[in-house]
Amino acid sequence: MCPAPVTAVGRSVPRREGADKVTGRARYTDDITVQGAWSGRTIRSTIARGAIRSITLDPAFDWSRVVVVTADDIPGDNVVQLIREDQPVLAPRGGEIKHKEEPILLLAASDRATLEEAATHVRIEYELANPVFEIGSATEVFSTVEITKGDVASVERTADLVVEREFRVGLQEQLYIEPQGAIALPEADGAFRVVGSLQCPYYVHRALKRALKLTDQQAIVVQAETGGGFGGKEEYPSIVAVHAALLARKAGRPVRLIYDRHEDLAATTKRHPGVIRHRTGVKKDGTLVFQDIEIVLDGGAYCTLTPVVLSRAAIHAAGAYSCPNVRIRARAVATNTPPNGAFRGFGAPQSLFAAELMVEHVAEQLGGGVSSVDLRRKWMLRLGDTTATGQVLTESVGSELVLDAALKAATTFQPSNIPTVRRGRGLSLVFHGSGFTGSGEKKLSGTIAMEALADGTFRILTASTEIGQGTKTIFCQLAADALGVPLERVTIAPQDTSLVPDSGPTVASRTAMIVGRLVQEAAAEIKQRLQRERPPLRVDKSYIQPDSIHWDEATYRGDAYPVYAWACTIADVDVDTTTGEVRVTDLVTAVDCGKALHPVMAEGQIEGGCLQAVGWATIEEIKMKDGGYQNDRLATYLIPTALDAPRIRTVLIENPYSRGPFGAKGIGELPMDGPAPAVIAAIHDATGVWLDEVPATPEKVLAALNGAQRREAAQS
Amino acid sequence: MTVRFTLNGVPVSVECAGSRRLLDTLRGDLGKTGTKEGCGEGECGACSVLIDGEVVDSCLVAVGQVEGRNVLTVEGLAGPDGTLSRLQQAFIEHGAAQCGICTPGMLLAAHVLLQRTIRPSAADVREGLAGNLCRCTGYTKIIEAVLSCTT
Amino acid sequence: MHDVTYLRPTDLKDAVQLYRTTPGCRPLAGGTDLIVMLHARTLRPPPRAVLDVWSLLELKGVRRTQGMLEIGAAESYTGIIRSRDAQEHVPALVAAARTIGAAQIQNRGTLGGNLANASPAGDTLPVLLAYDAVVVTDRRSIPIDQFFTGYRKTALQADELIVAVRMPLGRRVVFRKVGTRAAQAISKVVTAVSRSPARVAIGSVAEVPLRARRAEAALERGDMEGAIAAVADDIRPIDDVRSTAAYRRTVTQNVLRELLSVKPAL
Repeated sequence: MCPAPVTAVGRSVPRREGADKVTGRARYTDDITVQGAWSGRTIRSTIARGAIRSITLDPAFDWSRVVVVTADDIPGDNVVQLIREDQPVLAPRGGEIKHKEEPILLLAASDRATLEEAATHVRIEYELANPVFEIGSATEVFSTVEITKGDVASVERTADLVVEREFRVGLQEQLYIEPQGAIALPEADGAFRVVGSLQCPYYVHRALKRALKLTDQQAIVVQAETGGGFGGKEEYPSIVAVHAALLARKAGRPVRLIYDRHEDLAATTKRHPGVIRHRTGVKKDGTLVFQDIEIVLDGGAYCTLTPVVLSRAAIHAAGAYSCPNVRIRARAVATNTPPNGAFRGFGAPQSLFAAELMVEHVAEQLGGGVSSVDLRRKWMLRLGDTTATGQVLTESVGSELVLDAALKAATTFQPSNIPTVRRGRGLSLVFHGSGFTGSGEKKLSGTIAMEALADGTFRILTASTEIGQGTKTIFCQLAADALGVPLERVTIAPQDTSLVPDSGPTVASRTAMIVGRLVQEAAAEIKQRLQRERPPLRVDKSYIQPDSIHWDEATYRGDAYPVYAWACTIADVDVDTTTGEVRVTDLVTAVDCGKALHPVMAEGQIEGGCLQAVGWATIEEIKMKDGGYQNDRLATYLIPTALDAPRIRTVLIENPYSRGPFGAKGIGELPMDGPAPAVIAAIHDATGVWLDEVPATPEKVLAALNGAQRREAAQS
Repeated sequence: MTVRFTLNGVPVSVECAGSRRLLDTLRGDLGKTGTKEGCGEGECGACSVLIDGEVVDSCLVAVGQVEGRNVLTVEGLAGPDGTLSRLQQAFIEHGAAQCGICTPGMLLAAHVLLQRTIRPSAADVREGLAGNLCRCTGYTKIIEAVLSCTT
Repeated sequence: MHDVTYLRPTDLKDAVQLYRTTPGCRPLAGGTDLIVMLHARTLRPPPRAVLDVWSLLELKGVRRTQGMLEIGAAESYTGIIRSRDAQEHVPALVAAARTIGAAQIQNRGTLGGNLANASPAGDTLPVLLAYDAVVVTDRRSIPIDQFFTGYRKTALQADELIVAVRMPLGRRVVFRKVGTRAAQAISKVVTAVSRSPARVAIGSVAEVPLRARRAEAALERGDMEGAIAAVADDIRPIDDVRSTAAYRRTVTQNVLRELLSVKPAL
């Protein structure tokens, strides 16, 4: 008899690719050597709006050493395959330019010096048109969402207090430390293999097929080790990959297209900025009567994933609260700025920022000793409550658990003893839907496969990618326990579209929960079949929507997500009144994750997300100039260093979800939601001023402090 | 020109322009791709290496400047038989490496810190790693990993 | 990368000779600015050679000489931070050095580089102004307040090499850098103040690191409030990617107020 294997789930086992990562053996895209590969680069528009009048290649330059690709060289459709067909792979001659840094021309050469030299000999002339930069003056609407619960209009007058506020949220760069990059290799039978830094192999696969007119077999996408994504490598890599493949096609040889940091910052997608207006009505005792919310997000010049971002923003806009009458009107508009796209949280951080600060404002205006924590307790969604979309929460509702846990974990508040530094504390309570919105998972029907091999090992085949969050490790843990075998006997196949089925994109807090569940189910089935069959065996498993989940896309009613994860965050800040600088000194976050499949990785995800949110709340600022980003280098786009980061403490709460693998819920995005409103509330607690916007840069904080001072002086 | 230096304990000699970035020589000429390029302007620390025991950004060093010097990259941290160093092991155990792209530079900065500072505090570790940006971890696990090597 | 010749002189004499005879040559020390610009090809006119002075022994070290503290032009910030003499005699310079970048930059950045680059945001430059430092070159000594002649322009002749910086002993200077982030930040306002003699030196608030003469005059009279008011007229801040003119103006006054009430560490 063998001893029963030690279970893997719930243990912080070593990361699968950990040894490769700490020894430098892990191969990221730019680390891969390809014999005979040329280097590519993208020539981009220098204007925000207009038309290309002419493209001239300087005849004085020897172009025989360079491959040039224009829109005319695209064999398939000149479209970046995504939701709408509005974004060209390359702006065509005579075609419209809609934003700065729009790709127009591609170059490749055998060496970088020739490439740089060639780039200086391309001249593009434009017909200028009037650009639209501000949300307020935008006329084109990408999408709208309306969510209605109860009837706001009919109860408005019954509220004793109505609070109105407007909130603003800024652009944010994902800032994965590995810039975008892809290597395209022409192969036999007109196929192209693209190796790249990416989250979603099958997004890239579809984009390649469309633009290069390839069959399923002719497009091969392989994920290299990927140095962070955060949504930034969800849709953008399709552009990099198609560009690299077009160059490789024309050059007849492999081409590397690796962005440097400047290009990555200047040209790739950012978090959608926006304006959110709230009107909240309450009774004298704080009872919530209605929430009336308007959201406008700036999508930039092309649609990308904007409608889906807007959808998530709208669904989370009422916050983690139960309100009988809710009206949410959301729209995403177009401006002549680089397109905004996927970024951890996907619209929810924006709308939850406003929702959470509204709780603070209502508590403040209600007065009478009602704290914002009291209000949250009164309003929070509990088991059996109904969300804004009419979803009845039937299980794993952790609102109260996380609130209590965070309050318990918070340290005793110590006021500042430096006269020029004021200290404050703020709290937020948020929820985040795990998995795709509405019918997303049903439509997608993600598939994985598992093989039992003759040598007694098992192999997981999935397109879900490892981008630092632990996919490879967690899937192996899930499979090992479901099979009842030691972890070492489970391997995972490379994320290569010629090998693995389409498990859907690695986004939307869906990988561990949705795809992980498929892994668990496939493993259980293999285990069962092995009782009567011999390996090799293969089981394919596709997602089937449970009958209990109902969603109506047309009315935005029903079960928006299979389940929600919950978090309560408490932030302490020091505000330096000399400079307006805000230092987050301590951050506690309690998270209901269903089940911590790998506690260390779960904490790591949460801590990283929290710091990314702290950065968004405080120092990560992008200033625009003529439709382009001024902060287009790491010397000007600042993210927190180890010295800026607060001590972050995570409390994991296990509140199982019946359809999650071993009870787990998705938590990849959740930590991005809570810290920003907690920090702004803490700044108010410290100084008495409200900012109602992120980032709360020193410039804005100091101006607000001075404004408050002037008002006080005028009153006295 | 010919530049000779010691790389991870082994003498090497490279034929290249002396003004070439050390980063490019390491990655391109010597195949040491463990050293990463994150920004090319000394902001992110992903290209950190040690020169004579001091941590530097290899994107800011001309290769001619390392003539006769000792250069250590992440590939030189493990023992000759491949045994991971205590710090590398701690990075795995504590979850200090997520996407891993900052890890080589982070390890080298931490390696120096542990050599130079006896019993560093959390604040010392934060200061010592302030030149290495990480976007995945929030630094908490990295700091824990480094501190675990001080006892 | 600009295609440049790399020159490694054997000693200072050799360096001076090479610098005089090589057209289009730029001195290279820690490379924290120059290598970035070479790689990005942003130098105009493009240089043809770099002269590596990083390892020249004559340009290294921190020492006391002729009643002054002398720091070699190619001594690293780390060398300055670790120097007992620097800690004792120019603690404000040590404080400034500790705010520059982080370990990687402190291990490579030098006073010579900060001076030659002459960025209005150079973190050590206001400190050097407050100490009345003297820039020693291969041929002369230049008082620091005559060194910065315009935006990224200096009094150096085309073939003149910075060898060392000297500062008087015993002056009490306080320093504060404001730069958004705790590390790896380029300053938005950087201030160094000496009460006696009255020196108020500020960076990132004009095209050059400057001495706030009106504020100094008020300070000389013992009028602290007058100095804080006057400093607003001394500076010429602008809006740029890092900050705004309004912010820089307010913070300059706030920091000066803070520094004037702070007891120096010496």
